[in-house]
Amino acid sequence: MAKNGEKVLGIEKDKFRAFMGKYGISVILFFMMIIIGIVEPAFRSANNMINVATQVSINAMIAFGVCLALTTEGIDLSVGAQLALVSCILGHTIVNLGWGIPAAIIVALAVSTAWGVLNGYMIAKFDMFPFVVTLSTQLIIRGLAQVISGGKAIPITNDAFKKIYSMKIGPLPFPILVLILVTVVMYILLHWTKLGRYIFAVGDNVNAAIASGVSVMQTKLAVYALSGFLAGVAGIIFTAKTGSAQSNIGVGYETDAIAACVLGGTSFSGGIATIPGVVIGIFIIGFIYNGMNMIGIDSYYQSMTKGAVIILAILFDKIMNKK
Amino acid sequence: MAETKNKKGEYVLECHGISKAFGGTQALKDVDLFVRPGEVHALLGENGAGKSTLMKCIIGLHKQDEGTIEFEGKPYSVKGPVEALKAGISMIHQELNPEPHLSIAETIFLKRENTKGGIFLDKKAQNERAEAILKQFGFPHSAKTLMQDLTLAQMQMVEIIKAVSCDSRLIIMDEPTSSLDSEETEHLFRTIRELKAKGVAIIYISHRMEEIFEICDHVSIFRDGTYVGERSMEGVTRDELISMMVGRKVENVFPKTDCEIGDVVFKVEGLTGKGFENISFEVRKGEILGISGLVGSGRSETMRAIFGMDPIKSGKMYLDGKEITIKKPSQAIKAGICMVNEDRKSFGLALHRSIRENMALATLPTAQKGLLLDKKKEETNCVEMGKLLSLKAASIEHEALSLSGGNQQKVVIAKWLLANPKVLILDEPTRGVDVGAKSEIHNLMCEFAAKGMAVIMISSELPEVMGMSDRILVYHEGKINGEVQRSEILNGNENQETILERAFGGK
Repeated sequence: MAKNGEKVLGIEKDKFRAFMGKYGISVILFFMMIIIGIVEPAFRSANNMINVATQVSINAMIAFGVCLALTTEGIDLSVGAQLALVSCILGHTIVNLGWGIPAAIIVALAVSTAWGVLNGYMIAKFDMFPFVVTLSTQLIIRGLAQVISGGKAIPITNDAFKKIYSMKIGPLPFPILVLILVTVVMYILLHWTKLGRYIFAVGDNVNAAIASGVSVMQTKLAVYALSGFLAGVAGIIFTAKTGSAQSNIGVGYETDAIAACVLGGTSFSGGIATIPGVVIGIFIIGFIYNGMNMIGIDSYYQSMTKGAVIILAILFDKIMNKK
Repeated sequence: MAETKNKKGEYVLECHGISKAFGGTQALKDVDLFVRPGEVHALLGENGAGKSTLMKCIIGLHKQDEGTIEFEGKPYSVKGPVEALKAGISMIHQELNPEPHLSIAETIFLKRENTKGGIFLDKKAQNERAEAILKQFGFPHSAKTLMQDLTLAQMQMVEIIKAVSCDSRLIIMDEPTSSLDSEETEHLFRTIRELKAKGVAIIYISHRMEEIFEICDHVSIFRDGTYVGERSMEGVTRDELISMMVGRKVENVFPKTDCEIGDVVFKVEGLTGKGFENISFEVRKGEILGISGLVGSGRSETMRAIFGMDPIKSGKMYLDGKEITIKKPSQAIKAGICMVNEDRKSFGLALHRSIRENMALATLPTAQKGLLLDKKKEETNCVEMGKLLSLKAASIEHEALSLSGGNQQKVVIAKWLLANPKVLILDEPTRGVDVGAKSEIHNLMCEFAAKGMAVIMISSELPEVMGMSDRILVYHEGKINGEVQRSEILNGNENQETILERAFGGK
């Protein structure tokens, strides 16, 4: 019962650490917004916030997929190329073949999902390294995009298609609604379904998962299929935004997606991730681009800042979670 | 090599009063060992008696807490196998771990390569030297052969040749014949005799009594981390050695209750797979079936195969009289057969996930409300299980990693209880578990049996198997070598000696 100060302080320190361990990334996001908001008042406007949310929706789709792959102790590097393939399929079917938009979208998503299934099959069936498998398939996927588009940009002038990006429902642009919907679905999937539990179990200890009756094959197929599907959704939003189908888009997008996951507390050794964490990671990346643009910092420095912020955030997380 | 005479002259290796503890467990207590030059010295003891720990102290993989080692009359202390090899002691491990892409010559001269001017490898000279050494041993392959193209026996021989070429005066062989056939064993024994003639001392660890009688000069017996004594192989009997290994009397500290034994629930016939052959047994409702035998005798392998973790080559399984096929654990769980694996960390738990998630993992398909998880029911289940098993945890949301060994084991058991099994297989259920939790787990096993579950328990601890089982199957080299009834133990017809005897292949 001794009430010595150290002990009380000790408990408080523990609580502080537990709090920062859990919410540290949100605190970083909060301070980032305040600092940028002070330096550049225009940043604080509702319009700008909506603008950022619209922009990050593309990276968010990709990041959710990558997050699933990382959580099973894998990775999906093919997402950037998937973006390009979906874009070229849309351009080719809508412009060259004169298909309707729904048919084009369905086919594009089916193709990107199929590539995801193929990734998952190779990884689960033959126990190949996810890094190597997806590094290789992204070459094939981008090659396919180039074949379909003939290496040239296909302008899509169809207004209905471009509306996918610019259409507003109330004050919110359509991509934000997609972002909200996908976030909710992903949250439920990972934290409230059997599949989510299996994903965590496979990523944390694959042998224990098998010994508990979990099908590693089904779990990994589902994960990479979802990653492919979500990359396809990102491809649709991106193509609607630019109004042009190109085979050279999405290069390096996997980097931003991985960064968002890691910032959001997704473990590279699998088994640990939360969807709210990834969402915060996505917005931190978004605000780095947006905030620095508004302040007027050159894009070279943006890249450097992004790298530094990620390392600092992870370091901070490590220190706060140290036992 | 004849200069291995030291001041006292008699021993090449002397270990005095070696003690070593890991955490709270005393692995070695004041252990001695004396090895003479040019002799083959056997180490004998049950699993966990401390043989391996002592050997690891000698080759520097562990540092003893107390005690001294003298080698060739001089104080000896090394920081690892490489230093030990330089000093003249090498060890041939049971699990050989060669680099498959290295040639024989490269393996023999690993870390002491022939070089030109200290930089470039002189492969030619190295191969020639290796050929010369291989010739001495009558080895049938060229020095350029890759390790991966050799048989296990040949890999082992390369290790021995390497040890000799390093001028080792003491070679430790840990279960060297465990993967050799009889012809290869004969060849190994010839080599051992040649080494003896050259004055090399050999420490020979084996569970095979016949071999020890055939090849060894002296034997040191270990039990529960203590040194029981040394005997000359001449004039000692097998029974004498076994009773030295066992030593203790069985105390009835086990809570085994007699419960009604019902119909046969599960039966296997002629089950054959990797590490076991032609295994047949049955287990009844309310029965605790103990499985005894040495590590590697096929006990765990059989159970893993039944649970669908490893393939079965042939044989049949029946549950409630109906034939079943199990190819993967999910099928076993569905049928009502669950298994607590011996290796909790590798096969039991997702350590970074919560207690709740671990407990619920095997029964998720039946714990859903529509497409979503029924988290409320899950929580009630977990809390209930926690109470039933008196799990000591602050919250079911904490990581499994935060629990002690005994409580982690309870989480694994809880996972299977939720699946409502008809047959519960427990492989070493109390390994690495403290005394209190151990007796709690024993109590639980009795409760399960009383509820009509069929319990199969593998254990390396003889008192545990004898104290807890209604019936014991004893494994020896992949086969069942005898069955012991509880009544036979109670009336004294069977005891630790007789069971151990069976485990060593006797009747």
